[in-house]
Amino acid sequence: MQALPLSSQLINLFASVLLLLAFAMLAQRRVVSLIGLFATQGLVLSLSTAVVAWSTSQPHLYESAGLTLLLKVIVLPWLLYRLVRKLDVRWEFEGLINIPTTMLIGIVLVVFSFNLALPISQLASTVTRSTLGIAMASVMLSFLMMITRRKAIPQVIGFLAMENGLFFAATSATYGMPMVVELGIALDVLVGMLILGVFFFQIREQFDSLDLKHLEKLKEGE
Amino acid sequence: MNEQGAGRVIEVAFVLALPVAGALLLALVGHRAVAPTINAIVSFCTLAAAAALTVRVVEGGPLLAFHENFLVDPFNVFLVALTAFVGFTTSVFSRPYMRIEEQHGRLTPARLRLYHSMYQLFCFTMLLALTTNNVGILWVAMEAATLTTVLLVSLYRTPASLEAAWKYFILCGVGIAQALFGTILLYFAAEKVLGPGGGALLWTKLNAVRGQLEPTVLALAFVFLLVGYGTKVGFVPLHNWLPDAHAEGPTPVSAVLSGLLLNVALYAVVRCKVLVDGALPGAFAKNLMMGFGLLSVVVAAFLLARQRDIKRLFAYSSIEHMGIVTFAFGVGGPIASFAGLLHMTVHSLTKSAIFFAVGHATQKTGTQIIDDIRGLVTISPMIGWGLMLGTLAILGMPPFGVFASEFLILTTAMREQPWATPFLLTALGVAFAAVFSKVQPMVFGETTASRLPLRPAMLPVFTHLALVLMLGLWIPPYLADWYRQAARLIG
Amino acid sequence: MTITGLFSQLLQVVVALALAPLLIGWVNQCRAWLSNRRAPPITLPYRTIRKLFTKDAVVADNASPIFRITPYVVFGAMCCAAAIVPSLATTLPFASAADAIALVGLFALARVFIALAAMDIGTSFGSLGARREMFIGFLAEPALLMVLFTASLISGSTSLATIVDTLAHRELGIYPSLAFAGVAFTMVSLAENARIPIDNPATHLELTMIHEAMVLEYSARHLALLEWASWLKLFNYSCIGLALFVPFGIASGTGWTELLAAAPALIGKLAIGGALLALIETLSAKLRVFRAPEFLGTAFMLAVLAMLVNLLLGS
Repeated sequence: MQALPLSSQLINLFASVLLLLAFAMLAQRRVVSLIGLFATQGLVLSLSTAVVAWSTSQPHLYESAGLTLLLKVIVLPWLLYRLVRKLDVRWEFEGLINIPTTMLIGIVLVVFSFNLALPISQLASTVTRSTLGIAMASVMLSFLMMITRRKAIPQVIGFLAMENGLFFAATSATYGMPMVVELGIALDVLVGMLILGVFFFQIREQFDSLDLKHLEKLKEGE
Repeated sequence: MNEQGAGRVIEVAFVLALPVAGALLLALVGHRAVAPTINAIVSFCTLAAAAALTVRVVEGGPLLAFHENFLVDPFNVFLVALTAFVGFTTSVFSRPYMRIEEQHGRLTPARLRLYHSMYQLFCFTMLLALTTNNVGILWVAMEAATLTTVLLVSLYRTPASLEAAWKYFILCGVGIAQALFGTILLYFAAEKVLGPGGGALLWTKLNAVRGQLEPTVLALAFVFLLVGYGTKVGFVPLHNWLPDAHAEGPTPVSAVLSGLLLNVALYAVVRCKVLVDGALPGAFAKNLMMGFGLLSVVVAAFLLARQRDIKRLFAYSSIEHMGIVTFAFGVGGPIASFAGLLHMTVHSLTKSAIFFAVGHATQKTGTQIIDDIRGLVTISPMIGWGLMLGTLAILGMPPFGVFASEFLILTTAMREQPWATPFLLTALGVAFAAVFSKVQPMVFGETTASRLPLRPAMLPVFTHLALVLMLGLWIPPYLADWYRQAARLIG
Repeated sequence: MTITGLFSQLLQVVVALALAPLLIGWVNQCRAWLSNRRAPPITLPYRTIRKLFTKDAVVADNASPIFRITPYVVFGAMCCAAAIVPSLATTLPFASAADAIALVGLFALARVFIALAAMDIGTSFGSLGARREMFIGFLAEPALLMVLFTASLISGSTSLATIVDTLAHRELGIYPSLAFAGVAFTMVSLAENARIPIDNPATHLELTMIHEAMVLEYSARHLALLEWASWLKLFNYSCIGLALFVPFGIASGTGWTELLAAAPALIGKLAIGGALLALIETLSAKLRVFRAPEFLGTAFMLAVLAMLVNLLLGS
């Protein structure tokens, strides 16, 4: 068996850890731990981008790694943490489906995304092409997390995690998007987060809770 | 299509810079009596800049600006003009409307400041999405358009509006994330042909090499893009957010959402479709668009009958009309695409006019429930007739423009996709019955309410309807020429 | 089958039989040290066996033959397993008779007999233990199989000897799939060997015990065999884990020198592994029985992820 170069091994390792983290987020019940997992995901993402930058000597990827580090490891988790503290929502929560079932659905999704990514990664010429399937799987798993969670903050973390997965997809398929676009995406995410922060307070003010079951009044034909 | 000199692109800069400057100014001015006027003036200046840009393009043909990052061609220039125009009339409409809302105590000065500032930013994001040549920036602008409107939808801070805004944010956020993945795939396919750093996200470059792009990747990319931007267009079954956001937000916001944002989202889909058509041998993109379009038309038409809220009713009507346009682009060919573009234009004008009229009506009666609004003609003939004419126009009555475009789409469909015609005809019939039977008693029904002393500001409504009427009778030759050129581009 | 091959096979079984009590003694000693207790002598398990063999066996009146043969069946199954698992060398003549799946079957056979025997007498503890054992087994086996499948995918064979041979001879590198599988395997091993956090081997608390509840009715030589078998099981699991995830130092031939060199490596690895096991047990708390599905579900998921990652990344 031929061993891969070190950088590829590291990238594979990070990719696997990302997949593991996506599952961990799916299973995590506590909001604060969820934020920690999200920050870890950002860190792994940033490290893997840095490794790609180093192994392919593409300086603009260092910038995007730095951007990830700043935004997704420091700023967003900090904002979320403050929000959770201010809103005092540390409860354990129950999802829509129990966790083992969610996991099984998650595994099915992973198989599905691996199959979907296979033809694309065969076309790719990047050293990271094989991780595209994992990126796609992370996106799908975050999507699943958004569907199964009933509380506002976990849904938002799911949303941000999905963005992480997309970012990873961009790095693994094409060595990242042009800087303008990446900056734009980062700005959108940040602004979105700030708006959501405002929004949480509005929801809480109105309903005294962040449980989304209050937000199910509007139905078809009423 | 060459890079233009700096002198020639000043209009692009103005079109984009004016709303941003307006947003900043309005944020600084805060809520004074002058704020709505500033809002209208800025919108008017944007309209003037857009008009100047249009003239340039009419005279000099398509232009690329700022290192090819901006593109104005026949396809988007009329959308830019339309966006600026409806943006302006809506700001005119919102001036008295929002003042009355404030008097009714539904809004605080702080929220009005947010409203004005966000309104301008929203216009900016739409204009950016339309003029950019970079598919990545297009995505960023679309996402920004969601973000700016989330707070507008929840402006009243009622439980229902918060719910609508949350749904809007999450659904469109997820949808737009799919579009990002599609964009990544598109970039991936293009980078293999154009090489890294070769502007592989620039639409013009993509279009130039579209025949060489990898078909499998592009097919997958288009599915993601269609689902992603399609969520914003309001394709069934991704339409859940749309009626809520329209019903719960302030009426001017409903008007621009329906009249403009849906157009811009559809514009994004069509830009991508052009690329995919070139890369894929079959009619993959066209079939998908026809499918989504037809499904939206049929489902929305049948849901119309169940609506009890007037704004939700017209929101579903928007889904239906977007479905018709999408179907037209899906059928393709010079006539159907021409009709699609025309329908986009007349739908925007008519639907925003209807929302203006509905806004006045609900404000006067204090309710959005259809059964509680009766005899608008007695209360205020202007509103009553405005709503009636708008409804007739949107339902495709001749001689309004909607009739012309729907007629064109139907006849093309009969010739090229005969299987779809019964669905379309049934849906249009059902929609007519549902909407007309609900609006007719609203306008002419018995009422005990007394005549209102105030004269409503109906100028925007009748301006729009007059334009729609004109487009039904006579399309100015340069406009028809644009449509033809754009239709050729869309294919 | 050469004479040397037979010899190494025989040697391996003998080593397993001899070292299994020592391993459990070592684990107990480490646990005692870690919790600041005075440790029992490391040879205590040997003395226990000797003591039990000298006693008279008592069997319940209503015991069926199943109850009597179970200790022999279980002990036999564990001996067979010890013959298949490559602990010292990978060239084992018997190993070609049974692959990794058969090994899991062997463990399952022992489990079925022990559970049947536990229910045979009809005491409430026996059936309670049997039910729990089957419950745990039902959850652990898929995860174990998944771990073994991951390893088989890498080497393209389900024969344990071939798998270990392949793993031992590939280049050093980072293999995320093996890391996931290793964690999953550790979790399964803890559950299968009735260790904390699934079961506590040190108590006879009726509400929580699983393994101990099943052997309550046994005495003397029967009990000795069952205890020895359970130690052998731990030894076998440890050897599978070591062979799959740290296969270094294992002998690939059957020469004297190779086997002699492999023995200290095995003992060293077992010593470290035992200490780690004691550490894990000291650090974690026993889970409620109904949390076990989550624990084993995690193990299963990790194993599946290992396999998927291996399929996708090839590492």
